[in-house]
Amino acid sequence: MSKKSMPIEKGHIMMFARSIGDENPIYSDEEYARDKLGGIIAPPTFIQSAAQFNPDNPLRPKIGEPWFGSGKTPTGIKKGKNKSEGSASTNMLHAEQHFEYHQSLKPGDVLTPEVTEGEKWEKESKRAGLLKFSESITKYFNQNNELVITARSVGVVTEKVVEN
Amino acid sequence: MINVNDIKVGDTFEEVIVDNLTRTQIVQYAGVSGDYNPLHTDEIFTTQVAGYPSVFAHGMLTMGMTGKMLTNLVGDDNLKNFGVRFTSQVWPGDTLTTKAVITSIEKDSDNVLVNFELVTENQNNIPVVTGSATALI
Repeated sequence: MSKKSMPIEKGHIMMFARSIGDENPIYSDEEYARDKLGGIIAPPTFIQSAAQFNPDNPLRPKIGEPWFGSGKTPTGIKKGKNKSEGSASTNMLHAEQHFEYHQSLKPGDVLTPEVTEGEKWEKESKRAGLLKFSESITKYFNQNNELVITARSVGVVTEKVVEN
Repeated sequence: MINVNDIKVGDTFEEVIVDNLTRTQIVQYAGVSGDYNPLHTDEIFTTQVAGYPSVFAHGMLTMGMTGKMLTNLVGDDNLKNFGVRFTSQVWPGDTLTTKAVITSIEKDSDNVLVNFELVTENQNNIPVVTGSATALI
């Protein structure tokens, strides 16, 4: 992710909580949250939606550019000489995700990510062929330059389609 | 929420985090999280181009729902660490249950630090997420 900041907004938090089926009023009811913790907070995995503020997010359709999902045809990307073109995201799966919480995340905060690449390794699997793992570590700092969350993500590129 | 004066290592807690996962809930998660990978929402692309039997949930949706169980258990804003591995895919129609087992308890004068081992399983008892969490209560 490039250095694009993420404003933490209460409407976004409310919709995120809905999407994970979490009715806890701490994520939406200001009065309840004020009495309990001083205000609304974000759920533990909310920071994943920082993808919305990443200008380069490859998994968000870009205006005027072809998209690899279906439209008139099952994929919007023509099969070119480069076979991996446009389908790179279909064999990249999320292998691990770890969060370390340094302080609470609240509406009004503005986070800036600092990304470092971690280790890379390979493993042979019967189910999916050769697995190529890569790790990335993102530190999210708030508007006061305080570390709020450290996220460590491991992605895996599989040789074959995985069906359980 | 657990009572820290009444817990011991080995205590196990359980919650159904989703019953009959719908494609619409997966769409909700795609829309809010910003992960619009068609593998999660576009049945035509996923079956005809990518070769999967159906769309499937974002790993992070399952982690998010697992987190709901955890915050119900340890209280709001108490998590210090939360990490998972995605071990199997989650499909529309799945019913998932998260189990959390206390692996250690450290007390000081003010707070109690509790470590958990986690597993979220589908209706066939296949783990879809395994992991651990630490809460300061």
